[in-house]
Amino acid sequence: MLDIPTGADSALREGAGGKQRHVASHLRRLEAESIHILRETAAEFRKPVMLYSIGKDSSVLLHLAMKAFDPGKPPFPLLHVDTTWKFREMIAFRDRRARELGLDLIVHTNNDGLSQGIDPFTHGSARYTDVMKTQALRQALDFHGFDAAIGGARRDEEKSRAKERVFSHRSAAHRWDPKNQRPELWGLYNTRLAPGESMRVFPLSNWTEIDVWDYILLEDIPIVPLYLAASRPVVERDGALIMVDDDRMPLQPGEAPQWRSVRFRTLGCYPLTGATSSTAATLPEIVQEMMASRTSERQGRMIDRDSPASMERKKAEGYF
Amino acid sequence: MSYHEASTIAAADAPRLEQDDRPTLRFVTCGSVDDGKSTLVGRLLYDSKTLLDDQLDALASESKTAGTTGGDLDFALLVDGLQAEREQGITIDVAYRFFATKLRRFIVADTPGHAQYTRNMATGASNADLAVVLVDARKGVITQTRRHSHILSLLGIRHVVLAVNKMDLIGFDGDRFACITAEYLTLAGQLGISQVQCIPVVAPDGDNIVAASTRMPWYEGPTITAYLESVDVAGDASQQPFRLPVQWVSRPHANFRGFCGRIASGTIAVGDAVRAQPSGHQTRIARILTPAGERNHARSGESITLTLADEIDVSRGDVLTAASAAPVSDQLAAHLVWFDGEAMVAGRRYLLRCGTASTGAVITELKHRIAIDTMARESATTLDVNEIGYVHLDLDRPLVFEAYRDNREMGSFILIDPISHRTAAAGMIDMSLRRATNVHWQRLAVDKSVRARLKQQRPCVLWFTGLSGAGKSTIANLVDSRLAELGRHAALLDGDNLRHGINRDLGFSNAERTENVRRVAEIAGLFVEAGLIALVALISPFRSERELARQRLATGEFIEIHVATPLAECERRDPKGLYRKARSGQLPAFTGIDHPYEAPLAPDITIDTSEMSSEAACERIIRYLRAHNYL
Repeated sequence: MLDIPTGADSALREGAGGKQRHVASHLRRLEAESIHILRETAAEFRKPVMLYSIGKDSSVLLHLAMKAFDPGKPPFPLLHVDTTWKFREMIAFRDRRARELGLDLIVHTNNDGLSQGIDPFTHGSARYTDVMKTQALRQALDFHGFDAAIGGARRDEEKSRAKERVFSHRSAAHRWDPKNQRPELWGLYNTRLAPGESMRVFPLSNWTEIDVWDYILLEDIPIVPLYLAASRPVVERDGALIMVDDDRMPLQPGEAPQWRSVRFRTLGCYPLTGATSSTAATLPEIVQEMMASRTSERQGRMIDRDSPASMERKKAEGYF
Repeated sequence: MSYHEASTIAAADAPRLEQDDRPTLRFVTCGSVDDGKSTLVGRLLYDSKTLLDDQLDALASESKTAGTTGGDLDFALLVDGLQAEREQGITIDVAYRFFATKLRRFIVADTPGHAQYTRNMATGASNADLAVVLVDARKGVITQTRRHSHILSLLGIRHVVLAVNKMDLIGFDGDRFACITAEYLTLAGQLGISQVQCIPVVAPDGDNIVAASTRMPWYEGPTITAYLESVDVAGDASQQPFRLPVQWVSRPHANFRGFCGRIASGTIAVGDAVRAQPSGHQTRIARILTPAGERNHARSGESITLTLADEIDVSRGDVLTAASAAPVSDQLAAHLVWFDGEAMVAGRRYLLRCGTASTGAVITELKHRIAIDTMARESATTLDVNEIGYVHLDLDRPLVFEAYRDNREMGSFILIDPISHRTAAAGMIDMSLRRATNVHWQRLAVDKSVRARLKQQRPCVLWFTGLSGAGKSTIANLVDSRLAELGRHAALLDGDNLRHGINRDLGFSNAERTENVRRVAEIAGLFVEAGLIALVALISPFRSERELARQRLATGEFIEIHVATPLAECERRDPKGLYRKARSGQLPAFTGIDHPYEAPLAPDITIDTSEMSSEAACERIIRYLRAHNYL
């Protein structure tokens, strides 16, 4: 089906002199598919939005959206659901990227949750995630009346995601019904919605974690520096290294932050995101480390550990 | 500066990419329940070292609690991702898994073997290059095997690996394996599956999965992995004529008009002559923008943006073609795989999506159903869920296409139910039912712009939709009179009146309501071509049908007016006594009472006659027409 030339072939076709850069045809194929999905979303929906979580997948997604509509701008805004517990570097990066690219950025926080003082330390990760992420996302989608929300989830991340469609239908209550999904054939997507219903769209469905890194490397896509190893203050809790990103983090008796060379494989709320010990301070070093890694990226996420079906349940409730 | 120019490319770090540029093979697995499909896929993931330590830990603990293998690693748990699947030990839905070996990357679609098998298999096979068909060595080729292979051949799969599993349970009997192989090759020959490789395996133990089995020395062929790594499935879509279904028209500023899409087949270069189909307008390629920057060439599979040398009218759903023209037809013959729980009804209207084009489509005739176990053609009047048939389709608009066997992207379509919005069927185009397939529309010497100038108005359709008794006809009549006073030319199409004439043969089933709207839209369209302002007063309860009416017209010619008088008020007025009848059960399927009304999401004009007089509503519409230069 996809029939993109091998690197050598396309390099010859370009015909320019000098050393030819090898074009990774595998990544170009994934790129072509994702751009196709993004354009379908723009063409078929009344009011789409792109969920921007600031992580590496979001960075790739944003880069693809810029390419898909170039020389125009993506015809949808970015939405960040801010729990107020994100790493400070993430927020700085978010605001800078939106400004540099001249994009419309909507930031939404669940103010009800905030005024109830919901935090990840006292309320537990499950309740905190539900209120500050899932409920917050639903509030934002309802408030703006978005009928399609584009996200960076990949099928290789988790077993229930492996079953999800590229265009994944949500009821008016934002619920996912995994047992009643629309069949998805060829590159043809059923985008029809009844009033109040919406679609979650996943252009990176067929990418793997290593593809994401390879593409960041190939295209020199800006990412949050937290992905690169540096000396950071961390404490060790339940076997995970938690970075003390601000003074809201209650330290237990005898606990003192230690400066260690760490980096993050995934980014989220700092109290729920475990760091890994690493000295990989450049992109090629990260990719090297990835190739040798024996654990999955979600291992660093506390919220997926609750039960084997926790992701499926959260997704059914409206989590991304 | 464009985004491309702004981003720099990290050339220095390319070596890993070069080394890791392995091609991807997409395959689908199929077989009956308990043949061991999920186990085979789990084993491939396990043996290719794709699984990581925390995933293996989770597998070990889940195997103890939920496994069906007495505490040994249960590889099926790796792919059965949904809770219900793990609880029942079965696969419900297609799962996509990724793994890679030194030579190739793989995307595998693991499809269920029992309920909904046809639907899920067709889904998995639609994007696959190859299929792995599992059989139980004790049972050999059974009805299910025939069924699966038939679906594969229908979906255009030409490469099959027959994995004869559970060889340990027949004592690794090479003669039995040879019998099964011979039987399957006969079947494959009948189905036109040209490339078959039969491999004896024991999936849970890994025999002939990655490593060659030591227990079957008589087998000298490749292991599953070795075969998948080396098989050549390339069908070269780049050798076919150039086809680009237009997905999106990019107009960021006045000096740029680009046509975006993914090339379905062929190659294109700057300066090449292209035509837009179905209109037939011709021009040349001016620029080719790709995700990797501006280039002189592009080929199938790439998502690109083209600019053209001349300003011709091209929009989403059109196809840009070069070399030979693609066939165009509004009458097609196709194979259908029926997906929906609601059976197929000949004469009912569905929404057809092919490439980037959408159009209404009526199945005019079910030519035959295929008895999937015997492959015999049988006569039938309907298709139930998971049944396969051969149909004739009548489309609202001509479609640019290719036969599925020649071009998967240009020959595949889905049918969507206009009310439930479920994907009702997948289709594969066989041929056009009209002999002359390259007929272009006859261009009329006097077109509507000439007529419009004569009449000093911009022709359009004012489409009044709303509940019975909302005031549609009243307001439309006022607008009609007002336009006459202003010396403009209009014509009123009233739903009730039309049902006495052109639509007298139609009742009130969903299919007939749909046909009613289609006919009115057609007539309104002809009036617009004659230069008139057409006023349509019609309940037209379904959004999808109004959308089809809009699509029948050019951009800006369809003005949707929602007469949004609340139901309670309509019912209070009840000018024709219909609500009373409906409430007493004498009038079934009455819109608003026991039949849905889908309000417009973004009407051009909204009028609530409980808040505004009909005269004020009329003036508002006239103001709108003036403000938008229709008058």
